[in-house]
Amino acid sequence: MSSLLSSPVLSSLPFSLLSSPLSFLAPVLSSLLSSLLSSPLSFPLSCPLLSPFLSPVLSSLLSSLLSSLLSLPLFSSHTSSPVLSSCPSSLFHFSQRFTTVVPESCMLILLGLVLGGIVLLTSKKQLYQLEPGLFFLFLLPTIVGDAGYFMPARLFFDNLGAILLSDVSLCSDQKVQAGLMEFLLFGALISAVDPVAVLAVFEEVHVNETLFIIVFGESLLNDAVTVVLYKVYMSFVEVGPENVQTADYFKGVASFLIVSIGGTMVGLIFAALLAFITRFTKKVRIIEPLLVFLMVYLAYLTAELFSLSAILSMTFCGIGCNKYVEANISQKSRTTVKYTMKTLASIAETIIFIFLGISAVDKSKWAWDTGLISCTLIFIFVFRALGVVMQTWVLNWFRLVPLDKIDQVVMSYGGLRGAVAFALVVLLDAERVPAKDYFVATTIIVVFFTVMFQGLTIKPLVNWLKVPRATNRKPTINEEIHERAFDHCLTAVEDIAGLNGYHHWRDKWEQFDKNYLSKLLLRKSVYRKSELWEVYQKINIRDAISVIDQGGNVLTSARLSLPSMASRASFPEVTNVTNYLRENGSGVCLDLQVIDNVPGAKVEEESETHHFLAGNLYKPRRRVRPCQHCHTDRQRQDREIFQRNMKSRMETFKTTRHKRHSHKKDRSDVKEQDLNDKPRRNVSWQDKDPVVVPVESEDEKGEHLEPEKEEDVGITFVARKVPDTPKERPKSVPAGLEVCQSPSVAPPSPTCSERNLPWKGGIGTLPVCVSMEATKIIPIDLQQAWNQSISSLESLASPPGPVEPLHPLLSSSPLLSSPLLSSPLLSSPLLSSPLLSSPLLSSPLLSSPLLSSPLLSSPLLSSPLLSSPPDPQEKRERKHLSCLTASLI
Amino acid sequence: MGSRASTLLREEEIEEIKKETGFSHSQITRLYSRFTSLDKGENGTLSREDFQRIPELAINPLGDRIINAFFPEGEDQVNFRGFMRTLAHFRPIEDNEKNKDPTASEPLNSRTNKLLFAFQLYDLDRDDKISRDELLQVLRMMVGVNISDEQLGSIADRTIQEADQNGDNSISFNEFIKVGNLQHIYVWAGDHYLILTYILLSVLQDCLCSSV
Repeated sequence: MSSLLSSPVLSSLPFSLLSSPLSFLAPVLSSLLSSLLSSPLSFPLSCPLLSPFLSPVLSSLLSSLLSSLLSLPLFSSHTSSPVLSSCPSSLFHFSQRFTTVVPESCMLILLGLVLGGIVLLTSKKQLYQLEPGLFFLFLLPTIVGDAGYFMPARLFFDNLGAILLSDVSLCSDQKVQAGLMEFLLFGALISAVDPVAVLAVFEEVHVNETLFIIVFGESLLNDAVTVVLYKVYMSFVEVGPENVQTADYFKGVASFLIVSIGGTMVGLIFAALLAFITRFTKKVRIIEPLLVFLMVYLAYLTAELFSLSAILSMTFCGIGCNKYVEANISQKSRTTVKYTMKTLASIAETIIFIFLGISAVDKSKWAWDTGLISCTLIFIFVFRALGVVMQTWVLNWFRLVPLDKIDQVVMSYGGLRGAVAFALVVLLDAERVPAKDYFVATTIIVVFFTVMFQGLTIKPLVNWLKVPRATNRKPTINEEIHERAFDHCLTAVEDIAGLNGYHHWRDKWEQFDKNYLSKLLLRKSVYRKSELWEVYQKINIRDAISVIDQGGNVLTSARLSLPSMASRASFPEVTNVTNYLRENGSGVCLDLQVIDNVPGAKVEEESETHHFLAGNLYKPRRRVRPCQHCHTDRQRQDREIFQRNMKSRMETFKTTRHKRHSHKKDRSDVKEQDLNDKPRRNVSWQDKDPVVVPVESEDEKGEHLEPEKEEDVGITFVARKVPDTPKERPKSVPAGLEVCQSPSVAPPSPTCSERNLPWKGGIGTLPVCVSMEATKIIPIDLQQAWNQSISSLESLASPPGPVEPLHPLLSSSPLLSSPLLSSPLLSSPLLSSPLLSSPLLSSPLLSSPLLSSPLLSSPLLSSPLLSSPPDPQEKRERKHLSCLTASLI
Repeated sequence: MGSRASTLLREEEIEEIKKETGFSHSQITRLYSRFTSLDKGENGTLSREDFQRIPELAINPLGDRIINAFFPEGEDQVNFRGFMRTLAHFRPIEDNEKNKDPTASEPLNSRTNKLLFAFQLYDLDRDDKISRDELLQVLRMMVGVNISDEQLGSIADRTIQEADQNGDNSISFNEFIKVGNLQHIYVWAGDHYLILTYILLSVLQDCLCSSV
C-alpha cells in the first residue's frame, strides 16, 4: 500500500495529466515496475527467483506458440514443447480425432504429468512447481483481465442477481463438510469454482450465453468469496477454534463485504481513470494498448495491495472501461488489445494447466488418504448439485425465462475446480495446518477429477441433454434497432404501471451515462457520434469482411441481399458468375493484412473484392451524394446501380475467364487480368459522369490515390466523383496526337483515338500490354520531366529508329522512367502513332506495381476514370490496331 | 391503499379482467390503484394528458408511441379494461403445454401478440407495413440529434433491405417476425423484471393488507 502511495504516480497525477499522456505513462510504468520488484513485502515473488524459473517455461511456450502460429491444429501446438518435439508428427495424426473429444485443459494436464514424470525421472527432484506468487501475480491477472475486458456487460448485469446468489450460496454450502476448523478452511478453498477451468471447458463446449455467463460470472466472483473465507478461516485456525467468538463471525462477514465491494470500487475507479486518459491519446495512438494493459493490471495490483479482491477489481475495471475505451482508442489499438489479451490469456492458461500436471507428480508433497479424498469428491458433487437446485429454485421465482432442469444439471456439473484452489492449498502454512499434505493431495485429486472427468464428459452430456448451444450469430441492424425500441418500450410501460423495475433503473443509468459520464470520458468526436450509427458502421464492416470470407457466395446469401436481388434471376449468367466466384473464393485470403502486404497473386482477388464491395455495399449517403444522384428517387436508383454493377461485372468475368483460357501459359496472367478488370471498375458511377478520359498521368493518379482518411471509422467504401481533371492534361492529349500522323493507322479525330485508349478495356490491346508488363512505374518526382518529354514530342521529329530494339528497351524499366531516353524512342514515327503512344504512356501506369499495391484498397478503385464498356465499333478498331502493333513488334 | 382500490373495483369486474388478461387478483388491484392515481379527472378513464404527466414518460423517446398504443383507434380515452389489456402484453409468456386450450383465443401475452404490439409502435398508419418513412420517424426519435439525415436514411434503408423479402420496400408483419430470428434476442426477456417487481410488490401489499 505504502509503496504505491509514496510512488510518484499519485503525486504527479494532476500535473502529468495536464501535460502529455506520454509523460503520464512514465511514472505509472516506473512505479509499476518498482512496486513489482522492490517491495518484497507485498510481493513474495522477486525477480531473481522468477527468472530461472520462468525461462524454460517461456521458451517452451514460445516454441509452442510458434508452431501454433504455423496453423497446426491445437493439439500439436502443445505437444511441440521441447521434450516432445521429436515426435510431434505421430502425435499430430493421433490428435486429429482426439482433440474433438478431449478438451484442451485435460490435454495440458496430461502433458504436464508426462513432463513432470520425465523431469522427476531425470533429476530425482521436482524443479518446477506452480508457485502461488507467480500464479496470482502474473497468470491469473491475464486470464481474468481478458475475461473481464471482453465480458458482455449487458448480459452480465442482466444476470447479476443470479450470479451473486449462486456465488454466495454455493460457496457456503461446503462448510457443512466437517466440524473442524481446518476442514472448514479446506472446504472454503475447495468449493471455489475456478474461472480458469470453467473458461477452458465451457468455451470449448459452446453452451448458450446465459448459462455460460452464470457459471463463469459465478466463478469469477467466487474468488472474492473464496479468498475472504480462506483468510477468515485462516485467522480462526491461527487463533484456535476455542477462542473464536461470535463477534468474529460477523467480522468475517463484514470483511467479505469490504473485500468484494472494495475490490469492485477500485476496479471502477481505475476504469474511469483509464477511460479518461484515453480521451487524450489522439496524438499518441501507439500507447493506447499499453495503457489499457497497464491500467487494468494496475487495478489488479492495487486491489491486491489493499488486500481487496483483486480479481473482482480487475473484472470490473475491464467491464467498466470497455465501452468508453473502445470508443476512444483507434481501430488498430482495439485489435492490438484484443489479440494481445487473448494470446496472453491462453499462454497463462497453458502454463497453469501444465504446472498442475507437473506438480502433481511430485510425491514428496502429498499424502494419500482414500477416505478423505472419496468423501471430498462425493461431498463436492452432492453439495454443488444441492446448491444449484436450491438456488435456481429461488431464482426461478424471479426469472421470466426460468432455468430449467437441464440448465441446472449443466450448472452443477460445470463446477470445475482448478488452479485457484490448488494455489490456495499450496499456500497453506504447514506448521499451523498439520494436515496440509493431505489437503494438497485431495485438492490435486479433486482438481484432476473435475477437470479430467467432468471436463471430458461435459461435452457428451451437453450433447445428450440437447442444451441450446451458443449461436455464433452477430445481431443484425434490425435486431439492434428493435432491441433499443423494446427497451424504451419496457421502460415506458414500467413507468406507466408505476413500477421502479429494472428497466426504470437502467434507463436512469443511461441518462446519467449520457449526460455526465460520456461527456467526461469520451472524446468529443466520439461523443458526437450516434451509437446507432456506430453499430451500423460496424455491421457494414462485418459484412465487408464476410464478403471477403465467403468469396462470391455472398451473392446468394440473404445477408447482403439487396433489393434488386429478387430480380437477379433475370440474368442468365448469374450461376456462372457464382460458380466462378466459388472456384476462386477458395483461394481468397482471409487475412486482410496479408493481402495488403503481398502484391502478387492476391492482387486480382483483392481488387475484385474491393470492386465488389465498393459497388455493392450499402453506402452512407453522405459519400454517395457527390455522384449527383437525384434524391427523390433513391430506391430505384440503387436498384439500377446494382444491376449495372452486376452486368458489368459479369462482362468482366466473362472476359477474364476467356483470357484465363487463352493465356494460361502467360506468366503475367494475373496482372493482365488486373489490367482488364480495371476498365470496368465502377461503371455505374461512371455512367453518371460525363465521360472524361484524359491521358493517364501520375498527377491524376496521385489525386485518386489519396484515400479518404477518416480516423476510427473503419472501412469506408468511398465512391467519389472524378475531381476536376487538371487543365494541362487535356492540352497534352491533342498535343501528343498532333505529332502522330502515322499513315498506317491514321485515326481521324482525337476523340476517336481517345476512345481507343487501352484502359477502356478490351482484348485487343493485350499483346501490347503484355510486352510492357515489366515496365516500372514512373517515380512521382520524375513526373514533371515525363510530362515535358511528352509535350516535347511536338518539336522532335527525329527519323524512325529501328523497331527491334524497342522491345527490350521498353521492358527495361529505367529507360522508360527517364525522360531523356524515352523521348527519342517515342518520337519514332511508328511509335508516335496515337494508338501506340497512348498504350505506351498508359500501360506502365496501369500494369504498374503501384496499382497492385495496397493503395488499391483505397477508394481509388472506384475512380470513374477507368471507364465504360467498349462498344462494338471500338472493339473492331482495337482489334485491328492490336494486330498492327503486334506485327510491328 | 390496496383495499381502497378493491372497493372501487367490483369483484366480477376483477374476475373478468383476470380471465381476459391473466393478471392475478393482487396485481389487478395494485394496477387499479395506479390507474386511479393517474386519473386526474377522476372519471374512470385516462386521457393522453394523464399519461403525459408521468415525468419519466416525457423523456422517453418512444413515449408518445407507447401512449398511443393504449388508445384504441379514434378514441382519446381509455378505461381500466383497456389499460389492463394493453399492459397484459407485457406479462410473461406462459408455458403453452399447460393451458393448451384450442378453443380459447390467443392470449394477449403470446409471442405473436407481443411482436404485434411492437410492430404497431412502428406502424403509424396501421396499414400493416412499416414503410421507410415510418421507420425513419422511429429512428429519429431514438437516436436524437447527433446524426445526420443521410446517415439515418442509410440505416433505415439497410434495415428495410435486411428485412424485406418481397421487395416492396417496407416491412410487413410477417417479415418483422422473421427478421433476424427475433426469438433469439431478448424479446421481452426483460419483462421478467417486470413480473419480479409485480410479485415483490404484491407480496408486500398482501402482507401489509393482512397486517392491517
